[in-house]
Amino acid sequence: MTDGPADEAGPLLRVRGLTKHFPVRGGPVRAVDGLDFEVRAGETLGLVGESGCGKSTTGRLLVRLLEPTGGSIEFAGHDLTHAGRRHLRPLRGQLQIIFQDPYASLNPRHPVGRIIAMPLRVNRIDPPGGTRARVRELMERVGLNPEHHNRYPHEFSGGQRQRVGIARALATEPRLVVADEPVSALDVSIQAQVVNLLRRLHRDLGLALVLISHDLAVVRHLCQRVAVMYLGRIVEIGDRDDIYHRPQHPYTRALLAAVPHVGQFGPAGRLRLTGEAPTPLDPPSGCRFRTRCPRARERCAVEEPALVRRDGGGQATACHFPGPDPLPAEPVRAMA
Amino acid sequence: MSLSPAAGPVPAAIGSGGTAGPPRDRRGAGHSPGRLAWLRLRADRTALASGAALVLFLLVALAAPLIELTYGIGPRDQFQDRLDGFGLPLGRAGGVSGEHFFGLEPRLGRDIFIRLVYGLRTSLFVALAAAVLTSVIGVVLGTLAGYLGGWLDAVVTWITDLTLALPFLVVALVLPPMLTLRFYGQRDTVPAAFGVGVLIVIFAVFGWTGTARLIRGQVIALREREFVAAARASGAGPWHMLFRELLPNLRAPILVSFSLTVPQFVTGEAALSFIGVGLTEETPSFGRMIYQSLEYLQTDPAFVLFPGVVIFALVLAVNLFGDALRDALDPKSAG
Ligand SMILES: Nc1ncnc2c1ncn2[C@@H]1O[C@H](COP(=O)(O)OP(=O)(O)O)[C@@H](O)[C@H]1O
Ligand code: SF4
Ligand SMILES: [Mg+2]
Repeated sequence: MTDGPADEAGPLLRVRGLTKHFPVRGGPVRAVDGLDFEVRAGETLGLVGESGCGKSTTGRLLVRLLEPTGGSIEFAGHDLTHAGRRHLRPLRGQLQIIFQDPYASLNPRHPVGRIIAMPLRVNRIDPPGGTRARVRELMERVGLNPEHHNRYPHEFSGGQRQRVGIARALATEPRLVVADEPVSALDVSIQAQVVNLLRRLHRDLGLALVLISHDLAVVRHLCQRVAVMYLGRIVEIGDRDDIYHRPQHPYTRALLAAVPHVGQFGPAGRLRLTGEAPTPLDPPSGCRFRTRCPRARERCAVEEPALVRRDGGGQATACHFPGPDPLPAEPVRAMA
Repeated sequence: MSLSPAAGPVPAAIGSGGTAGPPRDRRGAGHSPGRLAWLRLRADRTALASGAALVLFLLVALAAPLIELTYGIGPRDQFQDRLDGFGLPLGRAGGVSGEHFFGLEPRLGRDIFIRLVYGLRTSLFVALAAAVLTSVIGVVLGTLAGYLGGWLDAVVTWITDLTLALPFLVVALVLPPMLTLRFYGQRDTVPAAFGVGVLIVIFAVFGWTGTARLIRGQVIALREREFVAAARASGAGPWHMLFRELLPNLRAPILVSFSLTVPQFVTGEAALSFIGVGLTEETPSFGRMIYQSLEYLQTDPAFVLFPGVVIFALVLAVNLFGDALRDALDPKSAG
């Protein structure tokens, strides 16, 4: 693990029971419904799951672009859960976000140098050597030509723009960066370059990274730990190798099976993910995955499985019947 | 070279550090979207022609006192001795001569050319001042409503609907006499500036809704963009949000609505002064002149011709330039 600042004893980020319900017509959308996880300094955590499972909402909650409905967020020993702008201000620089869309995330009317310097300016930070020098250094660090600081976003390609967004997130030397699908809007040929950049930045700067992605290959490449989300909840969390090689939750297994070269278990473990996830407006009772789970039984409909550690290791699974082993006698049937 | 933002990603070598890029301009700086619009505008012939005409009109309006000085005739000077017994100007084409370029008004015998010069001044001043006021009100209300939303948005929307429900002509007909009575009583002579001011206020009161709606919609769309979220996530306050992030993106829509309101107010001023609202008798105005000229359509057609042609040319130039400006700002909408 990379060395993080050794001031706090606990993790850099501690999330407990994090909940976000959006009030809409027809009842609240339970976009995020009780997340527990931690990120240590310098650690990379991947957040994976199908589209709509609440990944982006989680990311926006972490940097407090959204206010949680419930639960708590603790960052570097500060409770951010309901902190106001004034209270958040000194922490903003330590907690940054990279967005998915390299077009929408840069102000089209500002030259990229000004875009990158924005967090410094907003927080009235005067870096040693001056803002200009800092912008140059940042542009170099993300692989952009510093001479191009007075060009506008439309003069750059998608991959270059994403680098600008990354440079902006790094301007205040954050300790934690949330990256919401940082490469999924890019051409496949460019994705690897940006992924490698993120990897290098994590290694060189020792920053903690929460990487949100639906792409299991990207997460595997970048993350030390992985949390699998389904319908606003974490169904499984653990070290990368455990998640990818020894998935316990049927949903994790199904996700991995859908990506042949990533899932590394035999045909016996192959599960097919059919149908669409139910709406977070009205999630199923008991286990949320039971409407699509091939192992679902009566118990799954009435009792919600808790996220519990197995074998005392770092891997936790929210399932009544985890593991690859065949289920005992009782007939397996999917509950519709 | 590619100047259009629609040209898409530059197929440059990104892996090698993204050193390649599009061409720069002479100063080595990038092309801002505003600069691109300017380059597009400069390449547009209609824009050049109508822009040149507009500049000419503006110069004439600005230099009116200077023109009066060199021309040697004021807008209120009367040349009764050059009218015949019926009050019609002597000579050809309404008295056109080397001394009176566009001839004389029947009855009063005032010089049409210098009155048109001052009429242009009135017209452009009223239209531009009203358009500026309209933009300020519309931008402030539209931005606040769009950015802050909530009850403020509801209130602004409500005022907008209320304003749209007001009958323009009735207010325009009733308000100026009421205000004149209120400020100057029955007898006092009313200064010309008062009439001009009232007209500007009427236009602004009725004109801001379009701008406010446009700006509100733009702000709502911008608010959802991630660069606004990025600024918020960095702790940007409302001042930075409004003036650094949003306003630079509102320049184009502000210019667009400005370019739409100016010709509206030019014709509006002519129409209102035609029906005798707002401006006092001695303020030179296109509308007033055309109104008076109608009496002489048969006997002195030149009297309607000159102001008619000038106002037509002015409105045409304003509209053509506005169109070209809108195309340059938003190349996607261009035909
Ligand atoms: N502002 C919002 N209002 C209402 N519903 C929302 C809002 N933002 C997200 N949602 C809903 O919350 C759920 C999770 O969304 P999101 O976090 O974007 O998922 P993901 O990033 O995993 O695709 C989706 O069902 C989405 O429709
Ligand atoms: S709890 Fe039941 S329904 Fe849920 S994943 Fe486990 S076996 Fe499937
Ligand atoms: Mg998302």
